[in-house]
Amino acid sequence: MKDVWTIFKREFAAYFATPLAYVFIVIFLFAMGAFTFYIGRFYDNGMADLTVFFTYHPWLYLFLVPAISMRLWAEERRTGTMELLLTLPVPLWATVTGKYLAAWAMTGVALVLTFPIWLTVNYLGSPDNGVILAGYIGSFLMAGAYLAIGACISAATNNQVIAFVVSVTVCFLFTISGAPLVLDFFRAWAPQTLVTAISSFSFLTHFASITNGVIDLRDLVFFFSLIALFLGGNVVLVDLKRAG
Amino acid sequence: MRQKRQHKLDGKPGNGGDGQKARVDDETSTIGFENMEPNATLRPLCGSPRPIAWRTARTGTAIGRNVRFVRIAPLLAEGEFSKASNGRGRRDFSMIEIEGLTKTFGPIAAVAGVDLKVARGEVLGFLGPNGAGKSTTMKMVTGYLSPTAGRVRILGHDIETDTLAAQRQIGYLPEGAPAYGDMTPRQFLSFIAEARGFSGATLKEKVAAAVEKTDLDPVLDQPIETLSKGFKRRVGFAQAILHDPPVLIMDEPTDGLDPNQKHAVRALIKKMAADKAIIISTHLLEEVEAICTRAVIIDRGRVVADGTPAALLARSRHHNAVTLTVPADQAAQVKSRLKTISSIGSVEEAARKDGSVQITAFPKAGALLIEDVSALAKAEKWDARELYAEPGRLDEVFRAITTHDTRRAAEDHA
Repeated sequence: MKDVWTIFKREFAAYFATPLAYVFIVIFLFAMGAFTFYIGRFYDNGMADLTVFFTYHPWLYLFLVPAISMRLWAEERRTGTMELLLTLPVPLWATVTGKYLAAWAMTGVALVLTFPIWLTVNYLGSPDNGVILAGYIGSFLMAGAYLAIGACISAATNNQVIAFVVSVTVCFLFTISGAPLVLDFFRAWAPQTLVTAISSFSFLTHFASITNGVIDLRDLVFFFSLIALFLGGNVVLVDLKRAG
Repeated sequence: MRQKRQHKLDGKPGNGGDGQKARVDDETSTIGFENMEPNATLRPLCGSPRPIAWRTARTGTAIGRNVRFVRIAPLLAEGEFSKASNGRGRRDFSMIEIEGLTKTFGPIAAVAGVDLKVARGEVLGFLGPNGAGKSTTMKMVTGYLSPTAGRVRILGHDIETDTLAAQRQIGYLPEGAPAYGDMTPRQFLSFIAEARGFSGATLKEKVAAAVEKTDLDPVLDQPIETLSKGFKRRVGFAQAILHDPPVLIMDEPTDGLDPNQKHAVRALIKKMAADKAIIISTHLLEEVEAICTRAVIIDRGRVVADGTPAALLARSRHHNAVTLTVPADQAAQVKSRLKTISSIGSVEEAARKDGSVQITAFPKAGALLIEDVSALAKAEKWDARELYAEPGRLDEVFRAITTHDTRRAAEDHA
C-alpha cells in the first residue's frame, strides 16, 4: 500500500505541475455549465434538483476522460520513464493502481469544483441533498470506470491518438450498451441471455439508478468489478509488453 | 599473506591445462594477466599482457592463441576482498550471473545466448556496434524486459521469479537517462528514494548524499526538463546510486557530458567500484581503458570478446609496434635499416604536415621492438623527434572483431 501511495503522490503532483489538470478542470467546469444551463435549460425546469446536471456527465466524460487516460502509459513509454518505473522495486500492481488512483482523484477534484451548482440549487429551493450526494457518487464511479478502460487501452499502445480514439469508442459502447443501436446488432443472432447481459453493461442504466437516489449494491458491484477487471487487464498488458 | 581467489567460469570439460587468470592489483588498479597451470600458485605478474582466447560470433570456435573460450574474473587481493565482504557480511563472488540470455523480437534475435558473470570489484565495459544488443541485455538484467530464454540472477535473486528482491540490489541508469521532466531533481530523487523504501530522515540523507556526489546542488529546484543535457544525465546518475546498490548498471553513463563532467563521473565510478559489481555500456573506447577492469564486446547478440582492456589491446596490430618520426630526407634510410631487425614484421610510413615522416614498425608475433629500435636509432644517430612503443589501439581491435563477423555473415549469405 505504501508503494501505491508513493506512485499516487508523484502522479497526482505531476497533474498539477503541468497545465494538464488546470486545462482539464476548466474545460470540464465550463462544458458542464454550458450543458446544464443552455442545452439542459436548467432554470426552465423549475425544479430544485440536479437531474439535468448529471444527465450530461456520461457524455462529457466520454471525451474528457480518454484525454487523460491516453497518456497514462503511452507518455511513460515515450519519455523512457517507463523503464525507470518498472525497474524500481515496486510491484507492478501497485504502479498500475497508483497511477490510476491519481488520475481518478484528479477527476474527483474537477467534480468537487462543480459545487457552486449545488449551492445554487440550495439557494433557489430546498433540494433533496441525499439524492444530489448519490448523484455525485455515481458520477465519480462512472468517471472511474471510464478511466480504467482508458488506462488499460493506453497500456496496449504506444500511440496516444490510437489510445484516445479506441478508448472513446469502447467507452461509448459501454455507455450505450442498453440502447437499440447496440442491442439490435446482437438481437439478430445472439441468445436473449447474452442480449440481456450486454444491456446490463450500460453505464447509463447503472448511473441513472444511482442518480435517482438509490445506491444499489448491484450498481456499486458493477462499477467496482469493471474497474478491477480493467486494472487487471492493465497489469497484464504492461507485463505482456515486457515480454516484447 | 595475501589470499588469492580464483574463479574460472564455464570452463569446458576436458580442457585441462592453462586457465586464464587476471587479478586486480590493490594499490595501483592496473591489471595483470597470465597463463598458469590449474591449482598452481600465482606467479609474479609478467610485464606485458598476453591475449586471452577469442571466440568468433558465428561459429563459437576459438581463434587466437588459446584454443578455448575462457571467461575470467579478477582475483582480489585479500585486503580488497575482505573490505568488500565485511560491508555486507557476504562473500558472493559473482554478483551478476547471466546464463544463456536470449531475446528475440519476432524473427530477429537481439540477444542470442549471452553468458556473463560479474564479480564484486569488477567494472565491466560493455562494447559493441549500435544494435548489437547491449541495451536489450541491460534491460533484461534489470527486469524491464523479460528474456525469451535464459536467466539472470542478481546476488542470487532470479530477476524473473524474485524480481523485487533482485531490483532492490540494482541501481540502473537507462539509456538517455530518463526522468520526469516536470519534477525538480529534489522531488525526483525523493520520489525514487521513497519508492526504494526510504522515509523521513534517512530519505533526506540519501538524497543529500546522491546530490553531493553528483554536484546537483545548483539546479536542485529547477524542473528537470529545463536542465542541460549534462545535468539531466547527472540526475539519472544520482537516482541510480541513491541507495548505494551493490550492483550498478549504466547504459552510456557519460554520453552527452563535457570532458570535465566525464572525468568526474568516471572518477565517481572508480571510487565506488571496490565493493560493487558494475556494468557500463559505452561507445567510447577510451572510457573502457580509463575505468573498466574488464571489457566485453558484443556483436549481433553474442559475446565475441571478453577480457581485460590490456588483453584487448594486445590483440591490436599496433600492440608493441614502435613509431618514430624523422625528417623526410632520412626516411628511406631509416626504413631500410629498420628492416634489418629480424623481429620486425613490416614497416609503414605516413607523411606528416610539417614535412617529417612518421614510420611505424610492426613486430612479428609476440616480439618486443622498442629496445632494438631505440638502440639502432642511437647508433645511427637518427634525428628522431619522437620514438615510442604503441600500447595498441582499442578501436582497431573493436573494428577487427565486429566487422570481421559482419563480413563473414555477408560471405556466408552469398
